Amino acid sequence: MNTAAGSPVPKMTARNVNVFYGQKQAIKDVSIDVSREHVTAFIGPSGCGKSTFLRCLNRMNDTVDGARVEGRIELDGQDIYASVMDVVQLRARVGMVFQKPNPFPKSIYENVAYGPRLHGLARSRADMDEIVESALRRAGLWDEVKDRLGESGTAMSGGQQQRLCIARAIAVDPEVILMDEPCSALDPIATARIEELIDELRGRYAIVIVTHNMQQAARVSQKTAFFHLGTLVEYDDTSAIFTNPKATRTKDYITGRYG
Amino acid sequence: MAENAAHTVKSFDEDIAQLRAVITRMGGLCETQIADAVDALVARNVEAAARVVEQDKRMDALETEAEALALRIIALRAPLADDLREVVAAMKIAGVMERIGDYAKNIAKRTPVVAQSQPIGPAVIVPEMARAVIEIIRDTLDAFVDRDAEKALAILQRDQQVDEYYNSLFRALLTFMMENPNTITPSTHLLFVAKNLERIGDHATSVAEMVHFTATGQRPAERPKTDSTSSVYTPH
Ligand SMILES: Nc1ncnc2c1ncn2[C@@H]1O[C@H](COP(=O)(O)OP(=O)(O)OP(=O)(O)O)[C@@H](O)[C@H]1O
Ligand SMILES: [Mg+2]
Repeated sequence: MNTAAGSPVPKMTARNVNVFYGQKQAIKDVSIDVSREHVTAFIGPSGCGKSTFLRCLNRMNDTVDGARVEGRIELDGQDIYASVMDVVQLRARVGMVFQKPNPFPKSIYENVAYGPRLHGLARSRADMDEIVESALRRAGLWDEVKDRLGESGTAMSGGQQQRLCIARAIAVDPEVILMDEPCSALDPIATARIEELIDELRGRYAIVIVTHNMQQAARVSQKTAFFHLGTLVEYDDTSAIFTNPKATRTKDYITGRYG
Repeated sequence: MAENAAHTVKSFDEDIAQLRAVITRMGGLCETQIADAVDALVARNVEAAARVVEQDKRMDALETEAEALALRIIALRAPLADDLREVVAAMKIAGVMERIGDYAKNIAKRTPVVAQSQPIGPAVIVPEMARAVIEIIRDTLDAFVDRDAEKALAILQRDQQVDEYYNSLFRALLTFMMENPNTITPSTHLLFVAKNLERIGDHATSVAEMVHFTATGQRPAERPKTDSTSSVYTPH
């Protein structure tokens, strides 16, 4: 198995990870490095375990009934499943954006301020204003919402809601952002804005994105991992995966010959 | 070469098949154009040569068709991996085939001049050389349709054979011209004909390289040259 991400110091490393839902094994012996320099895309057919594996990276599976994770996952060399690991702290460092935008039924401002408040990142109202503005700016949303920060986050378009969720994720200044099909409910323009945003965030955060859109994976990522039936089949430079994949299973999947 | 499974979307396979068919037709037309041009030259048949010139328009039309098909596949199917390599290669191959067609046309255009003068002995090598070139084109097209890297690789060696024909014809013509200075004009035309065939061989070989790349994603290693004659005296 090829685990080399071609990066000197990986931000996250997973070694021999197995995940079970009850008796059923959803992830089989997956080892992979994720670096901060690159956007990493996870691709593969529905049910192959992309979301399951992604959720391992910030222990979201802890909240799933019957889910059991084996193996070792490190963030900056620290075992994230160690008993000393503070899970709330971990999820601030490893943020997540979901498929369906899920803003809180609160104001736009409060949506972004929620995390920083929880983690005590602002000492004053002015501090918080600055954090909120900077997160909204980095999410490419500021100009659209600066005059309506008090309005409800749920009263925005899908694309705006998704960028609000990204703003919420980056407001706590995470180190890693996990995105699970963040554009699947968005039109091409909104999708392009999210992709542009991902490109701008690259380098500052380690970004992992799950996508079913091959063109999107090709556009936004520099590394691509192909999962199939719970295993990591191939992990390589995105350009290599999409022009000359090594494994037949990868090729059959990306060229539309799967199943 | 491992046989590819069918695409889940069947019309994708149909598009690819259609593109391959156009490329194959271009290859077939190249073969006939070269054969007809050389036949006309040897038979000193000016009308037959004029027909070759006329037929070249079909080649241009086919190239346009191949390009349109490839663009449509890229736009509608967003092909990846070996599909992407094949579509891009098909577009390039169509361009090369069109160039090969131009060389055949150029051979045909020299027929009237050659037909007006006395026969030139070394000309007997030309049909043999043409046969070698045509076989390369045919095998290259077979390799393309089968995505057969091995076959493509084997073809690369055969360009040398064409170069050798050229080199020996070149020397024979030089001697012939020195002995018969009144034949310099038709001999020079014949030399250009040989050079055209040699260029066709080079182009066909570059197509074989593209076929290899399509099949494997790898460029084949540098191919060898034995004699510098064919690369030094370039009349273009
Ligand atoms: N909460 C759960 N309980 C039991 N089984 C689950 C649970 N979540 C996922 N699974 C199973 O684990 C396997 C992997 O699911 P997962 O959601 O990770 O796939 P995926 O690659 O993200 O698929 P998709 O592309 O459809 O989102 C599937 O067989 C799925 O049925
Ligand atoms: Mg999923």
